[in-house]
Amino acid sequence: MIPVLATLAEAWSEVRVHRARVVLSLVGVFLAVFAMTTVTALGLLVAQVQQEQGERMGGRSATIGVTAYDPQTGMPPDPQEWDAAVADLTERYGITTTASIGYEETRFRLPGGTQAVQTKRVSPSYGQLHRVEPIEGRWLREGDRDSLAPAVVVNEAFLAALGVPDLSARPTVVIGGGDPVRAVVVGVVREGYGEELLAYRVDRSAGPWDAPGVADPSAMAFGPSTLELWVRPEQADEVMAVVSHDLGLALGGVQVDAYRSDSQGLEETLGMLRLAIRGAGVVVLVLGGLGVLNIGLVTVRQRIREIGVRRSFGATSSRVFSAIMLESVCATFLAGLAAVALSVVLVRNLPLDQLLNSGIPLAETPAFPVAAAVEGLVAATAVGALAGLLPAVIAVRARVIDAIRF
Amino acid sequence: MTLLALRGISREVGLPDGGVLPILTRVDLEVAAGEHVAIVGRSGSGKSTLLNILGLLDSPTGGEYLLDGEPTGALRARRRARLRGEVFGFVFQQFNLLPRRTAEENVAAPLLYARGRDYLRRRRTARELLDRVGLGARADIVPERLSGGEQQRVAIARALVRSPRVVLADEPTGALDVETGAQVMALLAEAAAEGGAALVTITHDLNVARLADRRYRLDAGRLTPLAEPAPTAVVPAPAAAPLEEALP
Ligand SMILES: Nc1ncnc2c1ncn2[C@@H]1O[C@H](COP(=O)(O)OP(=O)(O)O)[C@@H](O)[C@H]1O
Ligand SMILES: [Mg+2]
Repeated sequence: MIPVLATLAEAWSEVRVHRARVVLSLVGVFLAVFAMTTVTALGLLVAQVQQEQGERMGGRSATIGVTAYDPQTGMPPDPQEWDAAVADLTERYGITTTASIGYEETRFRLPGGTQAVQTKRVSPSYGQLHRVEPIEGRWLREGDRDSLAPAVVVNEAFLAALGVPDLSARPTVVIGGGDPVRAVVVGVVREGYGEELLAYRVDRSAGPWDAPGVADPSAMAFGPSTLELWVRPEQADEVMAVVSHDLGLALGGVQVDAYRSDSQGLEETLGMLRLAIRGAGVVVLVLGGLGVLNIGLVTVRQRIREIGVRRSFGATSSRVFSAIMLESVCATFLAGLAAVALSVVLVRNLPLDQLLNSGIPLAETPAFPVAAAVEGLVAATAVGALAGLLPAVIAVRARVIDAIRF
Repeated sequence: MTLLALRGISREVGLPDGGVLPILTRVDLEVAAGEHVAIVGRSGSGKSTLLNILGLLDSPTGGEYLLDGEPTGALRARRRARLRGEVFGFVFQQFNLLPRRTAEENVAAPLLYARGRDYLRRRRTARELLDRVGLGARADIVPERLSGGEQQRVAIARALVRSPRVVLADEPTGALDVETGAQVMALLAEAAAEGGAALVTITHDLNVARLADRRYRLDAGRLTPLAEPAPTAVVPAPAAAPLEEALP
């Protein structure tokens, strides 16, 4: 324990004493780590944003979309038969999370007049599958099926059109049509482009405003209802194959299509991008390391006498070696730390939504990726160790008596 | 028992042309605990080489060096380093203080290679030693701002900080003016005696040699006892006859 502490103390004192030289030699490492960390962090953020966007659109990995309709009439299958067949299927394959999505236009009575708003009728589990994060209020839940006033989740443009700033006043909105009903706005999501209004409601609810099991033919105008199955990625191909077959059989005469709905290939693309960025960072870092090595080699010659003196104190070869090594590592670690700190400050203050998300505010501003910071520190330390190696070997090999001779 | 014993020690170096240059030839020397031994000799006579061998910084090419009666020839490098730190304290002609480190840091530096309490209490110990050499008030000054005499006093404190059993001083007054040199040498002898350390001093200066219990002369690598000096009454004049010939 003591030798380790003592070696550290010695190395630290060296760095402190030779501040100017150390700082000079570290400029390269600092810049390299700064560039590498910043670029890696941005890369990771882009990836995170892309992934979030992808998941919001197509569901998490692996999401399988299933559509079914009668090829003759274009109508969806009988809901009860359909539910039974799906329940049977999910049980057989151990699929725990499913969601249904239907599209319709709901006529909301807004302050500016009644407006038809594109509305997704989804099961509450849709939120989990698509990682929906309301920016205010909550997402839909099972209980919403039974509540007397329908629950709606809207986007910010909808809230603005409703003329309320937030949910604190428990805003409601009337759904028009033959049998008007007052719905409660329970949550707000950040979705849609510009002024476009969007709303979510639970699918076939059991409330008095929507008879259970009634399929609205007008819904078909916006595309068929979709069932989404969330399965393990390695299960995906197998499930897709059996789903069409089994459901088709169970619902004689109905056309069943199954397809992979989550975005794939994104991972590989981003992986390549990250690899390229990292490669560039490594090159810069190597150049910085050469700078440290160069100055280390020059100064170790000047310090041979001091090393000889330390030998006379009883310094062993391993102590001489590790002191020079640690000095280099100490210094580059500090440079790395400073570089990472600056990188964090920079990345946190960049207008990320403008840069990464084509102006749409990010649902959640991602934190600075810890991985990038750790990587920067590790890289700086490794460069210090590599650049310290040669001077350390020279220091150990120096002949003591020559070193202290005058 | 004899603390240090050199038995027929030789040191040769190979020359680029393939020849061999003898630096020390069959040197015999014994140093007992607490004793003060002086070695005088011309420049180039091998004094530093002899001292480096005593301090385990260099190895002889012939003969046997016993430390506490144990042969040192077969010791591993790590053990030699440890013994060097524990048994010996060095004072150099050029002081060899660590540049830009304060006096206190310099004095504490050897304790970086000690263990346990010695390491942990190093700053306090360093202060005590600086007090002992009369530099307690200058502990935070870097060597660059100390006079030569002060620097050598720091070096003496540093040599004694691990309570060595032998202090090896290689021309400790060589870079100082006569008066300062005399003061520093007196301090060194006194501090070593106080700490119970043997002192081996290499010097040009006969006045310095007079402080020793025994005196040797090194001439072209051969060590011979020096005849007893004239009565110490003649101190100020470096003209005392028998020593004259030892002057370079
Ligand atoms: N490694 C070496 N190679 C060649 N010559 C050496 C070596 N070490 C010492 N010498 C020579 O040996 C002689 C004695 O050196 P040294 O012990 O330093 O003498 P002193 O300290 O008495 O002046 C000198 O002439 C010096 O040049
Ligand atoms: Mg010499």
